[in-house]
Amino acid sequence: MKEGFDTTDCFLVDGKLALPYTYFAGRVGSKFLTTIRDEKKIMGIKCNKCNKVFVPPRQTCDVCMEDIRDNWVDVQNTGKVTNFTVVRYDDKHLPKKAPYVLAMIQLDGADTPLVHVVEGIDLDKAKIGMKVQAVFAKETTNTILDIDHFAPA
Amino acid sequence: MAHRKKNRNVGVIGVGQTKHSSHREDVNQAEMIHEAVREALDDAGLKMDDIDCLVHGNMELFEMIHQPDLWHALGTGAYGKNTFRLTTGGTTGATLFCAGDNLVASGMYDVTMVIGFEKLQEGHTTGGITNMADPLWTRSIQTGALTGTCAYDLIQEFGEERANQVAMMYRIIMDQHAGLNPKAHRAFGLEWDQMDHLIKTSARLVGELKIIDMCSQSDGACAVIMATEEKAKELSDNPVWIRDHITVHREESFTMLGYDQATVPPLTHKVAAEALFKRNGISKPADYFDVFEMYDPSSWWGVDWLRAFFLLEGDEHLKLVEEKEIAIGGKIPVNPSGGVIASNPIGATALVRPAEACLQVRGDAGPHQIPTPVNHALASGFGGTMWTVLIMLEKELGW
Repeated sequence: MKEGFDTTDCFLVDGKLALPYTYFAGRVGSKFLTTIRDEKKIMGIKCNKCNKVFVPPRQTCDVCMEDIRDNWVDVQNTGKVTNFTVVRYDDKHLPKKAPYVLAMIQLDGADTPLVHVVEGIDLDKAKIGMKVQAVFAKETTNTILDIDHFAPA
Repeated sequence: MAHRKKNRNVGVIGVGQTKHSSHREDVNQAEMIHEAVREALDDAGLKMDDIDCLVHGNMELFEMIHQPDLWHALGTGAYGKNTFRLTTGGTTGATLFCAGDNLVASGMYDVTMVIGFEKLQEGHTTGGITNMADPLWTRSIQTGALTGTCAYDLIQEFGEERANQVAMMYRIIMDQHAGLNPKAHRAFGLEWDQMDHLIKTSARLVGELKIIDMCSQSDGACAVIMATEEKAKELSDNPVWIRDHITVHREESFTMLGYDQATVPPLTHKVAAEALFKRNGISKPADYFDVFEMYDPSSWWGVDWLRAFFLLEGDEHLKLVEEKEIAIGGKIPVNPSGGVIASNPIGATALVRPAEACLQVRGDAGPHQIPTPVNHALASGFGGTMWTVLIMLEKELGW
């Protein structure tokens, strides 16, 4: 028996779909980004019921179901790495050239970690618990990349 | 088709909706959904702890999100709960309603919340819909949700003048209803003396389907809470009972592009209505039901489908419109909410239909409440490619 399938005279239909989108960030998400952009300051939102400070912020505490949109608190630009990996491939959608450290960073004063990039360290020196601080971007993109990266503190 | 009596009765005990709108730039998706969830919980007098299970749904690809239910947990209250995601195209909302009923009726959960949402302004609707068509035959030539076939058929059967007049009457009735519903997206304030002008001047999209005939693209969400008979009686003063529902669908791409009049396939709405009403012993649905919330994507479809859903003959459905019997105050009001032409956040739209029907049964619809008592309500969902979901609601148990 012949190996594989007989594909003689079978079409492959090449297609391409454009799916453009716009994301409405909402007031809470917008304020978080504009504060980073305009004041180089990172803010969180605190749930007064469970006392958690969320960074990134959210309008509702998903555990307590409390409306917490107005409970803004300042957090530090410094924090610690709670988990990380090393991105070793390049692709168009990635924010940095590989290899780089992609990390979960819990800022001082926050209870939840933020996903970001750590630069300025040897890849084999990255570890959970290491102290880092935010380095703000010189030019704004109105995204979370207005924090350009985190560097060892 | 196989169908058994429900294992236990299920009542709707909470309903919530956002104000439907063209743009909700002030809230992200989870925040917008939360508005409907909060309203449903408040309506039922419940807290999230009282909910056993969540079912979340919307259209695939419309906001370009994969697994939206996961990060919508920030607004849905899904933390720590059993959760399902459903997506069945335009019928999603109605399928959510049926799934919630089945989950409670089965004995799996006592209290379930179903949530439908869409933020159509964030994505590209036609881009998403185009994906449903077969790549080899129709994807590159179809027109998404816009079809002119129904208008053509009505004009062929009843003549150009009468068909156009009836479709525009339907449109104006819906607009006047929408004007009474504070949650409706579009209400233009159309007047009867604009009819001829609108028929002549509204831009044609496909065939005789005009821009004024077609539904909106909306942002909005809807949440409905259901409970077992025992729980519903304990938690609510006015539960609305889900008597029965049916789903019928078929692949329709070829017939959308035109068909041989000698071999017209049966309309799924008619198949659904015949089977559902037969097994419930209802021979004259237009007499039995007090209100109908129909998924009417355009005024032509709205008119045509009255005949299928109410099992009418000849031009009886046209007369219902011409005599304004489908208006609030008429014999069988259709879409007192203004319907889908007024508000269409698609993943929520087919859930808004039974939700609005429940408010009518309770007498809580507000300015668009119909003036006569509502004991029996009908609600339908529709989606491509010809899906029908048909739902019967009752004020009292013991049918």
